[in-house]
Amino acid sequence: MVVTCEQVWREISNYLEGEVDPALRAAMDDHIRTCKSCASVLAGTRNVVALYRDERMIEVPAGFGRRLEKKITEGVQGGRAGWSTWSAWLVPVAALILIGGGIRLANSLTSNPPVKSPLAELGHDIPPDMPVVVSVATRTFHVAGCDFIHNKDTVRTMKASEAIREGYVPCVRCMRKYLSVARGPAGLDAEAITADEALKEGDGD
Amino acid sequence: MPEPNLIVNNPEPVVDRREQDLIARVQRGQHELFYDLVRPYERRVYAAALAILRNEADAEDVAQEAVLKALANIRQFRAESRFSTWLIQITVNEALMRRRRQRTRVVESIDDHRDEEGEYRPRDFADWREIPSETLERKEVRQKLAEALGSLDRKYREVFMLRDMEQLNIQETAETLGISIASVKTRLLRARLMLRDLLASGWEQGWFSHSPVGKGNKPW
Repeated sequence: MVVTCEQVWREISNYLEGEVDPALRAAMDDHIRTCKSCASVLAGTRNVVALYRDERMIEVPAGFGRRLEKKITEGVQGGRAGWSTWSAWLVPVAALILIGGGIRLANSLTSNPPVKSPLAELGHDIPPDMPVVVSVATRTFHVAGCDFIHNKDTVRTMKASEAIREGYVPCVRCMRKYLSVARGPAGLDAEAITADEALKEGDGD
Repeated sequence: MPEPNLIVNNPEPVVDRREQDLIARVQRGQHELFYDLVRPYERRVYAAALAILRNEADAEDVAQEAVLKALANIRQFRAESRFSTWLIQITVNEALMRRRRQRTRVVESIDDHRDEEGEYRPRDFADWREIPSETLERKEVRQKLAEALGSLDRKYREVFMLRDMEQLNIQETAETLGISIASVKTRLLRARLMLRDLLASGWEQGWFSHSPVGKGNKPW
């Protein structure tokens, strides 16, 4: 293979990189051996690379390293300070959450909890002192003797106001007259019974 | 006579146990050791930023930002690449972003986006001899070389800086600048040949002589 000067110039950088194939490299070597111009190009290019690769070619401003170290130190401490600031806020925030949770818990014990069933309602005009039977399992309260008391082994007796406060809802059967469902759907209305009826039915058992 | 040995090689990642240990410790949270990790490369970080921004204050600012960014992302560093390459790539990205924000050098950017057309033909065929590295002890020589590099178009300067000064390999250079390997090779060839011609004129002006700068100090 024979190469021209132009080919040598075109490939001189790849030659220095070791990225020409052996045949081309041999041809370039042959050419450069006899061509002063291309020998000059190779020697000059090699000089350029060697000079600029020297670490001394990189000059930094006085104090650069010291300022960089200081910046890193500040960055590291800043990160920790950030954590400290954050953690300093963490304690009161956690305390607020705990207090809030405590208040919510206390409220759950002293105020009416949300009614879950769409049919369940708190009732109206229920005599607060009326004795009722609460079913812990179904979370309802009934007139004593109501046939619709389930899980009778978990019942307790208390005042209606206490039952309401503890989150129990009136039985749609025996407490019907205190519920708006009395004016509700016909099917439900037809099956509904009054507390008195419930008492009578209970007495009949 | 041409030197049979290559002057340019592609350095493979060198297993540096001390550096690996430092990286692992910093990744585990010992951030106060980060400067020890960065110190060997701090000059190269600055040089990379300066080659792109060409302003010392901006270069130092970006170098600091890049190092802090590297610290913030140290857990993402993977051992398959060299730490120095990773650091330089972060620096170049930071510097390029800074330059985009500055939106300066409009004229140069037009020129820089022009495709490489035609071939660069060397202009000087003097008989070169090896320039002794001792000449770099002289500040004026370093200054002249820096000026020569600074006179190149941006696209040539950046490729040359990453490949020959920062010693990234061709592929890393391409990835860092977001250009093809072929473009890196083309620009590198031109940059080296242009600098060679500039240095040749420097010979004539006595840059590399031991005597004061002036004519008549050619080594050939």
